[in-house]
Amino acid sequence: MLTGILRRVGRRLLASIPALFGVVVVTFVLMRVLPGDPAVFFSSGPSAGKEEIEELRRSMGLDRPIPVQLVRYLGEVATGNLGRSMTTGQPVISDMTRRLPASLELTCTALFIALMFSIPLGVAAALRPGTAIDHVVRMLCTLGVCVPTFVSGLLLIYAFYYLLGWAPDPTGRIDIFASAPPDITGFFLIDFALKGDWEGWMAAFSQLLLPACTMALFVLAPLARMTRASMLAVLGSDFIRTAHAMGLSRLRIIVAYALRNALLPVLTITGIVFSTMLGANVLVEKVFSWPGVASYALDALLASDYAPVQAFVLLMAMIFVMVNVTIDVLYGIADPRVSVA
Amino acid sequence: MTQDLLRVENLQVTFSTRHGTVTALHGIDIALKAGETLGIVGESGSGKSVTSLAVMRLLDRAGRITGGRVTFEGRDITHAGHADLRRLRGSALSMIFQNPRAALNPIRTVEQQIVDVLAAHGKLSRANARTQALDLLRAVLIRDPEARLSAYPHELSGGMCQRVMIAMAIACEPVLLIADEPTTGLDVTTQQTVMELLARIQAERGMAMILITHDLGLAARWCDRIAVMEAGRVVEQGETVALFEAPAHPYTKRLVAASPTRASTLADLAPPDLARDAPPVVAAPRERKPGTPPLLELVHVVKSFGGPTRAVDDVSFQIPRGGSLGLVGESGSGKSTLSRLICRLIDPDDGDIVFDGESIARTPAREFHLSPRRRDIQIVFQDPNDSLNPRYTAFDSIAHPLRRLEGLRDGPALQTRVREAARRAGLPMDLLERFPHQLSGGQKARVGIARAVAPRPRLLILDEPTAALDVSVQAVILQLLDRLRREDGIGLLFVSHDLNVVRMLCDDLVVLQAGKVVETGPSQSIFQRPQAAYTRMLLDAVPYFDPQRTELLKTA
Amino acid sequence: MSDLVLNGSSTGRHIVYVLRSNPVTALAATGTLLLVLIAILAPVLAPYDPVASNVPQALQPPSWSHLAGTDQLGRDILSRIIWAARLDLVIAVSAVSLSFVTGAVIGGFCGYRGGRLDRWVGRFVDVLMAFPLFVLAMAMVAALGNRVENIVIATAVINLPFYIRFARAEVNVRRNAGWVEAARACGDSHLSVVLRVLLPNVLPAMAVQISLNLGWAILNAAGLSFIGLGVTAPTPEWGIMVAEGARFITTGKWWLVAMPGLALMLTVLCFNLLGDGLRDILDPRMRT
Repeated sequence: MLTGILRRVGRRLLASIPALFGVVVVTFVLMRVLPGDPAVFFSSGPSAGKEEIEELRRSMGLDRPIPVQLVRYLGEVATGNLGRSMTTGQPVISDMTRRLPASLELTCTALFIALMFSIPLGVAAALRPGTAIDHVVRMLCTLGVCVPTFVSGLLLIYAFYYLLGWAPDPTGRIDIFASAPPDITGFFLIDFALKGDWEGWMAAFSQLLLPACTMALFVLAPLARMTRASMLAVLGSDFIRTAHAMGLSRLRIIVAYALRNALLPVLTITGIVFSTMLGANVLVEKVFSWPGVASYALDALLASDYAPVQAFVLLMAMIFVMVNVTIDVLYGIADPRVSVA
Repeated sequence: MTQDLLRVENLQVTFSTRHGTVTALHGIDIALKAGETLGIVGESGSGKSVTSLAVMRLLDRAGRITGGRVTFEGRDITHAGHADLRRLRGSALSMIFQNPRAALNPIRTVEQQIVDVLAAHGKLSRANARTQALDLLRAVLIRDPEARLSAYPHELSGGMCQRVMIAMAIACEPVLLIADEPTTGLDVTTQQTVMELLARIQAERGMAMILITHDLGLAARWCDRIAVMEAGRVVEQGETVALFEAPAHPYTKRLVAASPTRASTLADLAPPDLARDAPPVVAAPRERKPGTPPLLELVHVVKSFGGPTRAVDDVSFQIPRGGSLGLVGESGSGKSTLSRLICRLIDPDDGDIVFDGESIARTPAREFHLSPRRRDIQIVFQDPNDSLNPRYTAFDSIAHPLRRLEGLRDGPALQTRVREAARRAGLPMDLLERFPHQLSGGQKARVGIARAVAPRPRLLILDEPTAALDVSVQAVILQLLDRLRREDGIGLLFVSHDLNVVRMLCDDLVVLQAGKVVETGPSQSIFQRPQAAYTRMLLDAVPYFDPQRTELLKTA
Repeated sequence: MSDLVLNGSSTGRHIVYVLRSNPVTALAATGTLLLVLIAILAPVLAPYDPVASNVPQALQPPSWSHLAGTDQLGRDILSRIIWAARLDLVIAVSAVSLSFVTGAVIGGFCGYRGGRLDRWVGRFVDVLMAFPLFVLAMAMVAALGNRVENIVIATAVINLPFYIRFARAEVNVRRNAGWVEAARACGDSHLSVVLRVLLPNVLPAMAVQISLNLGWAILNAAGLSFIGLGVTAPTPEWGIMVAEGARFITTGKWWLVAMPGLALMLTVLCFNLLGDGLRDILDPRMRT
């Protein structure tokens, strides 16, 4: 079983290499056709002389033909050198490693919150179709997908920061006057917990709660909707009728028979939801000035700074591959019909 | 007088639908003694499945028992609470369903599912749960029971799934087993073994059984008593032999007549009032002049779909002009592939298909719609529900080949041809404007036939055209096909799993097994003196209707 | 249930039934219609010039003279919302129709043909769908240039996989149906089977997707302009309006965000409810 899973993971990772390669090439080409000349952008000013710009172009390798630039870029990516950000002046890889935990902490917390609410809601609605709880869940699902994250985030700030004063200043991961935890994992919640600084943990948590809830609200609807639909479909299936005919207890039928089967499609959707959240990170990080990779890439994009954007897309692709392999393995464990071989 | 094990009195069930409430059962009375087998027979829509679900109290949300009483072992269970029902179901009162693979939980092993049932009724001894499950699998005579314990339903064949289902149902030694179409969808030979197993278990354990089936042959063969249902009512019930020998109710009479026996001919099947529609026909003299090529000839045809085995493996046969050939085999025998090859919807890998002396296998299937032979070869598909474009009216469906193949435009000429085809298929003209979902199964079958005969083909391929139809409808459709052949001299290729039906319609037979021809010859002689062992097995397994032939082990 | 034969009724009666038993759909349809009218009649309906600034009147909360308040330049928010409806609807409708037509044809052919090409397209679409689409759209707009057309193209591209997948799946379940094979026996070529037999059967179900996707497309376009891509500053557009208002939310000027946000929400809600309703009309079994 275990070797089967390992082999499966290995094959999926191998199979994803061409896709990753494709992503690298496509983003490279896309970035090269970007309007605006970065050499002009990074020169001393609009009055910069022609020589100065030419000099910059040469130092950035922009005077070479695009295929040559591509080969050089690929070689650098393979050796782990993702280039230097023109805006921050730092190597992209160090910027990314510093900012990635912030994005992941936000996304994972949001996903956790969303699953905590959506699955019970979906199950409750499916168990009592046509009743008040079902209608409430369906209404929530319908409304949930209609509110864009950037609006709900701002309204949450208005309600919990301005009106109620419960939430801290919605800027960044931690209050600017508080001290950050020691850099162990980069995940503030984990780092504070490791240090045993529970006051700091609470501060980081309250800072995280609002953006995480914003994002959770956004994906709650598709998850709950899927849970409800798949639970309803399973409850109406032949083998549930068999279980009733065999006199199994209601709890056992709902949990061991219906829910376990119903969670299979939810698992698939969770993968898609996760990557949607990666995209939505851009909006949420902007609203909450969250120092994550998405806001970093967005700033770079608006400044025609190639390297961080390319690295960001590559990172997204890699995370996306990892998530899919994980989902795939979980699915293989949960559903015997997917052959492990 | 012994007490009845199960007594259903004046049971009424309604379903609430979006078009208001529909009454499914109008007061059913049935009774069953311990150890007895009751057959409930009826065509689709008769309410036989609803009856069984109502007895088990398994009706879905929309269904409701609105009157009457169900008494089991002397207790009124009509309004029993959930806890009481739960104790009853699976222990004293158990049930198996049709489509066994869907009836098993796809993500639990066979062992887990059997153990679940035992545990639910406190019959499980923790120490040897596995032994208990194994014993049950042995009781249902499953091959290699140790290995099956850890199998998932998708790893088992349909027949094996049904055995597992039976093992679960008898795990807690029920006194009554309700079997709802337990063999529908299984191959005939598997049907036979599943029924034998059920009868054996029943005899060993002295269990009573209710067998719900649309198949009169099956009911006659395995039941002590029969209840005939029509439109939510029991119209007649009694001892099996007496009931079928001398049916009293007109519906029973019609049903009995329509069920083919070993000796019945097409003329026997339909009731006289329906047969009168068709004027008596004289068999047209068959033109078999020496020298004229056969209508269709298959020469060493081979087709594989990339798997290790060939779907069609070196098949050769002929159909003379105006002749009829039956192609018989179980699922997976390659008969449907063969019919699509002949209809030139797919290309053979090797061999030749010769139509009227002209090789048609050379034209690729992709371009065959341009061939002048396209209109000569037409096909009628298995499931009438699935063979009509849901967005076409009956008229459009029939006009489709005329528009495409003969370039007819809307106008009187097209009208005439469509009406002619509809008339030949016995389709009332007022149905022409209806959409498929507004037609009954038999009417859809007629539209399918009308569409196939509209371009005046010379060879008609019939791919199980009656498999999805009730027997009384089947009888009428078979007679219609026979008339088309006699009056119009259309050659017929009849593909079916049912030897007995094929025998009545076809001059010659080809028996297929795993893509290979195992026996060919005139149908009567094959039917009476089968040569190949496989043909004999098929013949034995066919549950043709014979009121005299009961196989109750306890009387043996 | 299988033993019950339910008589089908005509489509018209079914629609009336659905609308009557589901007034929400009727409401959504009315709302959508209203929205289209507002977009068309924007010059007539808007009380003020959407781009005329009036600094003394800046940041006024909703009042009788400015029903939705004014923004930091004193522009009337209601007028801006009304004009923005025009732009946002045009973006969404053109993007969705572009991807609908392309997706239906590609998906239809792949689903019908099957085989290796279909597997490759299927895998590609799956990969694309699971990739953060918003990031993709962002990169595309940045690469193609900050123009409205490019928002349309980017939105169309990220919608495309849904239509390909949907058309493919719908065609795939039908390709082996008896009536499809029958069409070939009736003399249809493969091409004609896809275009004249299969696609007409699939289109109604895809129309439902159109309605659902319109909402999604609007959210995407607004999101893009929220982060500063596509539509540029003075142009009235819901996403930009929210972005401009974001600066003032911590000082309690809620209407700058809430009003255009509400417009976005109601629009998407109408499209989604209409889509759900259409699905009920076409196939009551699919109700979720």
